[in-house]
Amino acid sequence: MLKLPIYLDYSATTPVDPRVADKMIPYLVEKFGNPASRSHAFGWEVETAVEEAREEVAKLVNADAKEIVWTSGATESNNLALKGAAQFYAGKGKHLVTVKTEHKAVLDTCRDLERLGFEVTYLDVQDNGLIDLEVFKAALRPDTILVSVMMVNNEIGVIQPIAEIGEICRAKGIIFHVDAAQATGKVVIDLATLKVDLMSFSAHKTYGPKGIGALYVRRKPRIRLTAQMHGGGHERGFRSGTLPTHQIVGMGEAFRLARVEMGAENERIRMLRDRLYKGLSDIDEVYVNGDMEQRVPHNLNISFAYVEGESLLMAVKDLAVSSGSACTSASLEPSYVLRALGREDELAHSSIRFTLGRFTTEEEVDYAVKLLHEKISRLRELSPLWEMVQEGVDLSTVQWAAH
Amino acid sequence: MFAPVYLDHNATTATDPVVVEAMLPYLSGLCGNASSRHEYGRAARRAIDEARSKVAAAVGAHASEVVFTSGGSEANNLLIKGAAACLKPGVLAVSAIEHPCVIRPAEQLRKRGWTLHKLAVDAAGRVDVASFQAVIAEQPRIVSVMLANNETGVVQDVASLATQAGAAGAWFHTDAVQAVGKIAVDFRQLNAAGVNALSLSAHKIGGPKGAAALVLDKRLDIEPLIAGGGHERGLRSGTENVAAIVGFGVACELAAARLADVAPRLLALRERLERGLFSLGATLFGQAAERLPNTLYFAFPDIDGETLVGHLDRAGYALASGSACSSANPEPSHVLRAMGVEAELARGALRVSLGAANSAAEMDGFLVTLRATVLRLQQLTAMAV
Repeated sequence: MLKLPIYLDYSATTPVDPRVADKMIPYLVEKFGNPASRSHAFGWEVETAVEEAREEVAKLVNADAKEIVWTSGATESNNLALKGAAQFYAGKGKHLVTVKTEHKAVLDTCRDLERLGFEVTYLDVQDNGLIDLEVFKAALRPDTILVSVMMVNNEIGVIQPIAEIGEICRAKGIIFHVDAAQATGKVVIDLATLKVDLMSFSAHKTYGPKGIGALYVRRKPRIRLTAQMHGGGHERGFRSGTLPTHQIVGMGEAFRLARVEMGAENERIRMLRDRLYKGLSDIDEVYVNGDMEQRVPHNLNISFAYVEGESLLMAVKDLAVSSGSACTSASLEPSYVLRALGREDELAHSSIRFTLGRFTTEEEVDYAVKLLHEKISRLRELSPLWEMVQEGVDLSTVQWAAH
Repeated sequence: MFAPVYLDHNATTATDPVVVEAMLPYLSGLCGNASSRHEYGRAARRAIDEARSKVAAAVGAHASEVVFTSGGSEANNLLIKGAAACLKPGVLAVSAIEHPCVIRPAEQLRKRGWTLHKLAVDAAGRVDVASFQAVIAEQPRIVSVMLANNETGVVQDVASLATQAGAAGAWFHTDAVQAVGKIAVDFRQLNAAGVNALSLSAHKIGGPKGAAALVLDKRLDIEPLIAGGGHERGLRSGTENVAAIVGFGVACELAAARLADVAPRLLALRERLERGLFSLGATLFGQAAERLPNTLYFAFPDIDGETLVGHLDRAGYALASGSACSSANPEPSHVLRAMGVEAELARGALRVSLGAANSAAEMDGFLVTLRATVLRLQQLTAMAV
């Protein structure tokens, strides 16, 4: 029996793996101590658990545990990395480089930094969503202190050339931050070889709980940050605030499972995603958004031409997916990521992001394929634009009457 | 050997089983991101809205005044830095006994041109009236005085302080993290008296770590600390921690419902302990002031607090010397220093903070162990001289 709606929105968030939840719960009730309580066993025992979890996070990315700082999530990690580095190194320069397709947590933080007197270059991407390394190099200036490029894009799943960007930045002495929130458990991350200085992690994208994340801060060469959260001096002064033990234990276990199971799991998910793609690719006028090769196996972002966006979303109510539109209080904006790929607004609005995960089944994929076929046919039957296209009309030559 | 007795509830509390029950669904099937438009997301959104109402109700606020954060430290950072960012730099006043998560952000503001005054307290740990009025005369833009101190338990007359601060045109914040669940906290009343912001935290009241709130008067503009997506009306971005927020709501509900029963019981236990401590010759800090019903802060002359606390832990009693947040710091308590307690005695400070689960039998057992340990240590000290 299929449970509806079928969850195909793993990039928005993932369910907490039952094994992770089991590991967390004892730290709510029995082992509830404050890890900063140095004067009794309630505190010591949970401090040990916190450090074990820290090791697990470090292990997944081949870093040292001392380089892992706990935060409340990747949004906070991104804020800490960008503001922390920009403020600390402001004496060296005030120029930052990032990409138009970054998550809001990076873009909005960059806007804040602009208000504080920093200058930010927002790079365009190619049609496939990937950065052009020549364009990137050309954007760097003598006063550039920080570059931020996400490893895996949340909307289209493309994987940026992090290794190459790292080499370029290191050679020029520019600090390199990577938002890896969508990358953990999906691609191999080796911080011993990648020349990355700061990296943001999220637990809830990798089958861990919400409300916990981490920031990798390189020690060799040593990266410094201006702290953003002041108080009791936790996390060696990087981030003050009582550590939420159960959430940390959850993130540690989630990252351990990712390390152990990633290889096999990704293959299974790749097969399912390819099955979904194959099932949909026989529908006319469908376009995949983003490079298919440099892409995580979980993501399929597709635009269905000549189908109105809102109707499409309503038609696929049985699927919990994400669309190419974002709600603002006044209007429905087309996705800025799809816009950056050169997609026109209509096509952006008519797109769906399917993101598969650990609990996705073949049955669910087949249901989705069948549903999409049904609904797209139906919606196109109703679409006057589709009728015109079928008759061979070139829509770009049509003069539309205003209403 | 019996089960250890936990006497450190001001550091943190066990999550109430009712709270855990409420959280569990959000740590499994009800997994949606509250910003998602499908049913998983909508269910998460509804859960957050419900929790927000519960938190608001517990402290007499409107739901729309509640801003969720990841912790009390963050709520205090948000208020101090966020309010300052919307004002021209001027005078900022915080009490000398605030938690580091109020003092450190306040000190940071000096770099942005703010003048920081630390309000003096008297020997009992209450904000000194004359000192306060002198600072108010300088027209501070922001004043922050905690409702109850985490170390001494001393309760401030925040309404009166806020009224005076308000008359001088200052925005007033109170860190109520230790007060909620132990004494009545009514934001509506406090707000009418001039309190514009209040912080509270889940893990001090039987809720999970990782959820807290800043209750904010809508007239007070603050700039967010964390950007990216505009959650919490733009004041705190980041995917909401649904499970912890749900737990926070239930914890608030329970704390408010239980207060009338729990507070007198805690007071009775505290007084039982106090009688025992006096008979052992302990100095009780803040004795003359109104204090939380669960907190005792005391010292024995010539006995190092760290040492005593270690012995007590081995004997099965968990308490604190200094506060959890700074227990790695060898400096004596800034709170005791502000109260004029000399360093020698301050280094002996021990804090017992009781919870609803503690019993009279535990108090008596603790006193027996404490007596034996203190006598032994005093003998050792005498021998060493």
